[in-house]
Amino acid sequence: MTDEHSQVSDELAESITRTEELAYELRIHEVMTENVHCLPPDIKLEEALDIFQKERFSGAPVIANGNLVGLISIEDLIRALRAGNLDVNVSEYMTTKLVTVHEYDPVVEALKTFSRTKFGRLPVLDKQGKLVGIITKGDISNGLLTALQRDYHAEELIRYRASHLFEDIVSHRTSLILRYEIRKGDFIHGGNASSNIKRALLRLGATPQVARRCGIAVYEAEMNLIIHTNHGGTLRVEVEPHKITMEAYDDGPGIEDVEQAMKPGYSTATNEIREMGFGAGMGLVNIKRCVDEMRLISSRDRGTNLYMIMYLDDKDNNLNIVN
Amino acid sequence: MKLTEIVDLINGELLTQEKEYKKDITGAMGADLMSDVLASIKPEAALLTGLCNPQVVRTALIADIRTIIFVRGKNPDRETIRIANEEEIPLITTDLGMFEACGILHHAGLKSYELPANDDCA
Repeated sequence: MTDEHSQVSDELAESITRTEELAYELRIHEVMTENVHCLPPDIKLEEALDIFQKERFSGAPVIANGNLVGLISIEDLIRALRAGNLDVNVSEYMTTKLVTVHEYDPVVEALKTFSRTKFGRLPVLDKQGKLVGIITKGDISNGLLTALQRDYHAEELIRYRASHLFEDIVSHRTSLILRYEIRKGDFIHGGNASSNIKRALLRLGATPQVARRCGIAVYEAEMNLIIHTNHGGTLRVEVEPHKITMEAYDDGPGIEDVEQAMKPGYSTATNEIREMGFGAGMGLVNIKRCVDEMRLISSRDRGTNLYMIMYLDDKDNNLNIVN
Repeated sequence: MKLTEIVDLINGELLTQEKEYKKDITGAMGADLMSDVLASIKPEAALLTGLCNPQVVRTALIADIRTIIFVRGKNPDRETIRIANEEEIPLITTDLGMFEACGILHHAGLKSYELPANDDCA
């Protein structure tokens, strides 16, 4: 047994939530050291010291007739060295008041035992009370790190799968459609749909630049639906391997003069909306600058349809959603 | 510049949960019109604003803004702070006015992260 790994202090285990969760999820047998080198009680301390030095052990269980009878640690050997007493049997200096843990206990049980007692290692027993391994704080920190790394890989895998969605599916035309209903006057949630769209695009492998440009365009469109419509409207985003089509549509009241609405600074917003930082007459102008193609169709009877298209095979965009 | 340095310089107060923000802030922009922000702010900027509603945080999220500084002693409501905590966008409030806060931070080395209006928004 070695203690060469950095130790998880009890404070640390408590301050990191995921680590704490893992301490409850992981079982002792998953992190303990198996196939432990055991010593018989009747060898001399001199011999034990040689083994410890050669194998870089800091402690070992003592077994007699297949049963755990004690634990001898480097501290015990130091005690014997101080007393110049290396010519006695291991059984003379070993610890016999043993605190043990069970192999199917959660790791947190071992952590609690470590903080309650002064022991640096605990023998792990199976249901029959037979020794199956040893656990140290180093084993726990190692086990937790491995588990955290597993979590991280799982997350990476999800991200990878999302970004390779279009490679894995064979069809004449593959696309993913995201749809959001936007309510009139819902300022509290204003921008929520756009944040989700931006996040989804990043997850699908869009570059931060593309996600940001699409985000700004749909955000302005979302705020327009909240501010200017009769009953709100719909945001629809279609992601294809080579382009992202964003659409905002509503059922009225429609824009009277589309040409004028496209002019920077032109606005029909009320003072109340201006006080919220919107309605400066820059929304449509911003959208036009962010996307590759924009179309605005509006009539008094049928409401407004705004199409915004971003092409992903444009070299300038430097994208990686590619089929 | 570290977030804590900014807080010290403008004698401000951090309103969101204290975390270790490893990313440095190198530039800023001051504006009250969210469309201006969306149109002109470079990514990774600090935003100084007198506007104080959840949309500011949403705007920050969309425009990749690193921190929001509310000037003239404005305090956002709990909902705004909640969203900011959730999205990990630190909020700072200062009693200083917009002009003074911008001046101090610019003098201390933060660059202008405001693009000319006719530039591309990417």
